[in-house]
Amino acid sequence: MHIVCFGLNHKTADVDVRERFAFADRELPAALQQLKAIDGVREALILSTCNRVEHYAVLEPGPDPEERARSLFWKYCTAQGWPEPENGQFYHHDAPRSVEHLFRVACGLDSMILGETEILGQVKRAYLLALGAGSTARVLNKLFQRALQVAKQVRSKTQIGRGAVSVASAAVDLAEKLFGDLAGCHVLVLGAGEMGERTARHLLARGVLGERLTVANRSAERAAALAKSLGGRAAPLEEWPKVAAQADILISSTSAEGIVVKKSRLQKIMAARRDRPLFVIDIAVPRDVEPEANEIEGVYLYDIDSLQDIAQQAMESRQREMATCERIIGAHVREFEEWSARESARLGLTPAPKESPVWAPAEPSAAE
Amino acid sequence: MTDHALLACSTCCFFLGFAYTLFSSGGAGLYRSSRFNLAVLSLGFLLQTAFLWVRGKELGRCPLTNLFEVIAFLSWATVLFYLAIGTTYRLSPLGVFTAPLVFLLQTAALLAPLDRPAPAPRVAAVNPWLEFHAAFSVLACGAFALAGLAGGMYLWQERQLKTHRLKSIFFQLPPMADLGLLNYRLLAVGFVLLSAGLIAGIGMGAPNSWPHLVWAMAMWVLYGFLVQARWGAWKLPPRRVASLSVAAFSLALLTLGGLSFATA
Repeated sequence: MHIVCFGLNHKTADVDVRERFAFADRELPAALQQLKAIDGVREALILSTCNRVEHYAVLEPGPDPEERARSLFWKYCTAQGWPEPENGQFYHHDAPRSVEHLFRVACGLDSMILGETEILGQVKRAYLLALGAGSTARVLNKLFQRALQVAKQVRSKTQIGRGAVSVASAAVDLAEKLFGDLAGCHVLVLGAGEMGERTARHLLARGVLGERLTVANRSAERAAALAKSLGGRAAPLEEWPKVAAQADILISSTSAEGIVVKKSRLQKIMAARRDRPLFVIDIAVPRDVEPEANEIEGVYLYDIDSLQDIAQQAMESRQREMATCERIIGAHVREFEEWSARESARLGLTPAPKESPVWAPAEPSAAE
Repeated sequence: MTDHALLACSTCCFFLGFAYTLFSSGGAGLYRSSRFNLAVLSLGFLLQTAFLWVRGKELGRCPLTNLFEVIAFLSWATVLFYLAIGTTYRLSPLGVFTAPLVFLLQTAALLAPLDRPAPAPRVAAVNPWLEFHAAFSVLACGAFALAGLAGGMYLWQERQLKTHRLKSIFFQLPPMADLGLLNYRLLAVGFVLLSAGLIAGIGMGAPNSWPHLVWAMAMWVLYGFLVQARWGAWKLPPRRVASLSVAAFSLALLTLGGLSFATA
């Protein structure tokens, strides 16, 4: 049995190229049948996300599996009506490399953000869809169930998914450290900048209630529009000190050239609320908040550089975990290969070759 | 088993908790060591209870007759509070710090020549006011000990958050708001117990030593002030409350040696 994988991802193709080859969920059953209908294909599965489109196929046992895998790719392109892909866009893996690739993908090691967790849900969904469409059988079922197990094990045994690796999620992690349950927090967003909006959305996702969120901006229409999309309320910019007096988290992301929040103004606000800390997230460039404001008792001020440092440290920590993850994956790949050999022997087939060369037409993505 | 042996065994349990945490790996290690700590603290608590029971039977009264017994009772009270309030996951990292504190207290008590040679004199009559006074006062100290610990953890995190120098352990400790709330609750419980102890003390009649009474009243006023700092007339920022909790408990520990206990 020969498992082959071919596809493209964010490393080999731009988003406009990936879009052309991607599938919506409703298109997948037909595409799976088309792939399976090709002569020599026993089982098929397609994984299509915003960052990758990958096809997994199990070939019928027989001679020259690499040749057959190559012609499979061309037959499939023809069936899909795809133009000839450019060199380097598509990568191809034969077993056991295809098995290792899938395990790495499921663990988040091949993702744009190392260790991200969304991919696992996407792999599971692709598997269930193919299972439902009847395009998988014993081999792909075993392979994908094993992939889900490996991902779970890697996540629980290593730090690969831990820590905030973006500025917005680092800010929210710190807020949670300071306040615990975010549902009771009042948030004030100054300005309608993109980073501010992103941070606010992260806070909402982690428990902040929309009705406790206020947006203040120079332009009342933009404030109202952003507030509406976040489920909060808008306030005129002049009223921000009054709103800040009740706030626990202040996000500043205006397009102002100079300082918007002076230390003296914050000092006055804090004097009236000595027993409640204020977390100030200044993600504007140039900065909105006077840096000396961090000296005020109860104020914790983080600008984009300090949040970037935290995100960077978390990313480095994840990268240090790679070796452990690869070790765990390697052990599982070997186990799967042994199972595969036993299956072939059980079915009276010649065991699949241990090592197959990765082949043209596209340049193999050795960076995998 | 002699009562000293029971106490020594319980001290070993706390040492195990302390050592396991020091040597366990980071990440999930802290959580795993929290469950381990819960187990060793529970076992240590049973052994401490056995010690107090044996000693109490020997004396025919609550075992708070000398400094050795007071420290043992205080350690027992600290672990009792930890077990009663600290079993949810987010609070269990407190066990990481409770175990070393109790280990140090009991080691000091066992090694220093604080205990009388056996057998202990059995009393003819017991003054219940004295028993309650001593027991409530030391129980209050146990609560204040944990309040001091929670305050210490709060301050440690607060310093890191303020100076932007975050260590990896920062993200594994309980959130500061939870520690602040825990600190307040322990102060409140301790204050109620201290008040009960003082009332029992008044029931005892004229005080044995005026310095003791003055100290007790000063502690009561200080802790009363800390308790009202949350929603009373003189509010304090959580950082100040945490610092004062640590300072107040350190002061209580230092002056513990100066306490004298009336014997019947």
